[in-house]
Amino acid sequence: MKNIYVYILIMAVTTYLIRMLPLVLVRKEIKNVFIRSFLTYVPYAALAAMTFPAILSSTDSVISAACGFATAVILSYFEKSLITVALSACGVVFLVERAMEIISNF
Amino acid sequence: MTDKKQQFTHGVKDGIPIGLGYFAVSFTFGMAATKNGIPIGISVLISATNLTSAGQFAALSIIAENGGYFLMFLTQLVINLRYCLMSLSLTQKMERTSTIPQLMLVSFGVTDEIFGISAAKEGAVSPFYNYGAMSVAIPGWVLGTFLGALSGKLLPAMFISALSVAIYGMFLAIIIPPAKKDSAILIAVLLAMALASCFTYLPVLKTVSSGMMIIIVTVLVSAIVALIRPVTVTDPEGEDL
Repeated sequence: MKNIYVYILIMAVTTYLIRMLPLVLVRKEIKNVFIRSFLTYVPYAALAAMTFPAILSSTDSVISAACGFATAVILSYFEKSLITVALSACGVVFLVERAMEIISNF
Repeated sequence: MTDKKQQFTHGVKDGIPIGLGYFAVSFTFGMAATKNGIPIGISVLISATNLTSAGQFAALSIIAENGGYFLMFLTQLVINLRYCLMSLSLTQKMERTSTIPQLMLVSFGVTDEIFGISAAKEGAVSPFYNYGAMSVAIPGWVLGTFLGALSGKLLPAMFISALSVAIYGMFLAIIIPPAKKDSAILIAVLLAMALASCFTYLPVLKTVSSGMMIIIVTVLVSAIVALIRPVTVTDPEGEDL
């Protein structure tokens, strides 16, 4: 078992240095188009890779998760706020799971 | 009122909506951390020392899988590398009189949102403006984590199951609106999801840990899209935390 405090130290120091070194040491902006483009796409690629398909196994059932996913995609498409999207997806998962319970008890 | 105080107050004002947003996001982070078996105090410590949603969230799976320390370093480096770009951009924006200790303190609060308000501010930015924004944003982030982690422990299983999609919902709300406007981002999102699916379901590929998968997919997709659709605008602003 790895030490949790070592993990946290690595995370905190790495993240801080990424933020601090350029601000304190460097005095000019990156001009290289490839690097700029690469860094622009990183958050989207990382968040997308973390979201799908992981979302499908995040709840008790893949069906409720898929419904939650669909809800979040549709509301995001219509540019609803972060909180609205997140809570609506939760609400749909909750309702679908309760409905599945009722159906399976018949 | 002195100029420093004025700048600080201005920062606090602009930081309030950021703090509220952070509260919501970190609440879901806290719940996810508890779900991964991480103690509440540790979750709070992670949030207080890192202040980055994507990086912290990626770290959860590494900790849960007992992944290597180098993998943790690499993951944070790749996912948080964009802050390097923001800090570089901020060097042009901070008051010339800013001292090195001041800049070192400002660095801790370089998040997508705080960078966003600093970059949008007219003229040179005082470090005290950033301190002000950080003084509300950071407590929002830490408190949200604590309450989220606590809810993860206290709420009944049926609520936890439903609330588990919250963080993914937020991620989707961050990436989909810009993907709608910019087809290059749409390509990046779809390609990343497709590749992540390959790593989750295909034989051999699914033996790769999820922490490593995130690095491989992120680097590969960002490089491919950067080659086929280089960015021409000068604004390096990201959208998530």
